Amino acid sequence: MSDTTSNYSDSWDRRSRAERLIRWVLWLVFVAVFIQSWRIMNEDTLWFFVEDAPRQFADISSRMWPIRWSYMDQLWKPLWDTINIATLGTALGVVIALPIAFLAASNTTPNAYIVRPIALFIIAASRSINSLIWALLLVMVLGPGLLAGIIAIALRSIGFVAKLTYEGIEEINKTQVAAVTATGASSVQVLDYAIIPQILPNFVSTAIFRWDINIRESTVLGMVGAGGIGLQLDASLATLAWPQVALIFIAILGTVVVSESISARVRKALI
Amino acid sequence: MSMLELRAVTKQYTANDLALNNVTLNIEGGEVVGLIGPSGAGKSTLIRCINRLTEPTKGSVTFQGRDLVGLSRRELRKARTSIGMIFQEYALIERLTVMENVLSGRLGYVPFWRSFLRKYPPQDVQRAYALLDRVGLLDHVNKRADALSGGQRQRVGIARALAQEPDLLLIDEPTAALDPRTARQIMRLISEICEERSLPAIINIHDVNLARQFVKRIVGLRHGEVVFDGLASELTPAVLTEIYGEEDWSKTIQKGGEEADAENEAA
Repeated sequence: MSDTTSNYSDSWDRRSRAERLIRWVLWLVFVAVFIQSWRIMNEDTLWFFVEDAPRQFADISSRMWPIRWSYMDQLWKPLWDTINIATLGTALGVVIALPIAFLAASNTTPNAYIVRPIALFIIAASRSINSLIWALLLVMVLGPGLLAGIIAIALRSIGFVAKLTYEGIEEINKTQVAAVTATGASSVQVLDYAIIPQILPNFVSTAIFRWDINIRESTVLGMVGAGGIGLQLDASLATLAWPQVALIFIAILGTVVVSESISARVRKALI
Repeated sequence: MSMLELRAVTKQYTANDLALNNVTLNIEGGEVVGLIGPSGAGKSTLIRCINRLTEPTKGSVTFQGRDLVGLSRRELRKARTSIGMIFQEYALIERLTVMENVLSGRLGYVPFWRSFLRKYPPQDVQRAYALLDRVGLLDHVNKRADALSGGQRQRVGIARALAQEPDLLLIDEPTAALDPRTARQIMRLISEICEERSLPAIINIHDVNLARQFVKRIVGLRHGEVVFDGLASELTPAVLTEIYGEEDWSKTIQKGGEEADAENEAA
């Protein structure tokens, strides 16, 4: 046995000597850049305050105590508003996102040179602006209230849902599309029978995931006047009412936990 | 005039590679043709050029006296309704039910609102039930396609193609994804159905023995060109070498013959 194997080399390296050297140099450069960046970024940091941070944190925490549970009576309504903003905003966004996704996907777009770039631009524009900034703009245009919040959430959701959906459309099984096309079906029928059934699970889970994110995002919209629990948070912070702030944190945490478990359950049931 | 006539059909995907090179082929009514050849010989391209899932670069495809290559989109949709197609990986819509998959064979005949609301005409539904009974799936009507086994899915694929009431079947490697026993059952079902309805068919198949056993006329394709067109019994080692290249073919043919005999005895 040993005679037959001894003809073969006993050393093997994944990378050649030169490749290993290059990798080592790249790591060195990366670490050096990181250290230098850290120094530049923190030139203005007052380390005196940072050293003080644990004490400040303990101080604020102690002021939150005892939590003012009675304040909850005033929180139920804005909390309900927050959930409604998230839900209606998501629904509106999803309805608008679906056709945009079909216009943006390279295999379903009616026109790759005009329509597709427009759809992609809408997606990029929606995604690049945070919902808090959308809300700021909309409060100025529409005035304060729930409507501004709902539309802000919808505008932000369009890009997210449309992007993930159009990527799903581009990855569908082409043979199924060919099979339905081969029966003599029209293009709307191909959409209905071959494409939509393939992307539906992906689309539904994206929409629910977005709703879950929107619950969290809508909790801060009230800080700029777009309705929901953020208004109470802003007011409590402004008056240094720490026991109320603590209760609001707890309320938001509770809502997020509940919405996460709902979204997990619905997703499981639908797919 | 033949039922289907391919004249000098050529398909070029890239500048210096011909997938099909001047393929000329006649198929008569009721005739089942087995298309054999190595992977990449252009078998799939050839049958996809007939219903223009792939556009031929040159040549004509005359089906029932009409050249399909020149048809407008609308006319092509109409022509496709009478050409049924069966696929290698079944190509069912996995999340739809067996019944929806079979009824999708009627898409070219019904208006959009009927297909969207799943309200097919009574005679279409009746025919779908009859076809599901014929392929042995009457108990699985409301199951989702992805809940079926490979053999069952291919039966749904066959029922979908037949729901079109086609005048021609294009069958692309119907057994490639199936185990040997199921493959035989599916091939037998297809050849029985073609005989019952005197339905002409082109069957792409890479298994020479299956082809010899179930198909009378064989066309051999190599590098996009027809290199053999004759009876299954004329497939000699020399012919197989011409189609597939050098190999010891004597055992393949002998074994195939024995298996065919065993099949006949069992039947």
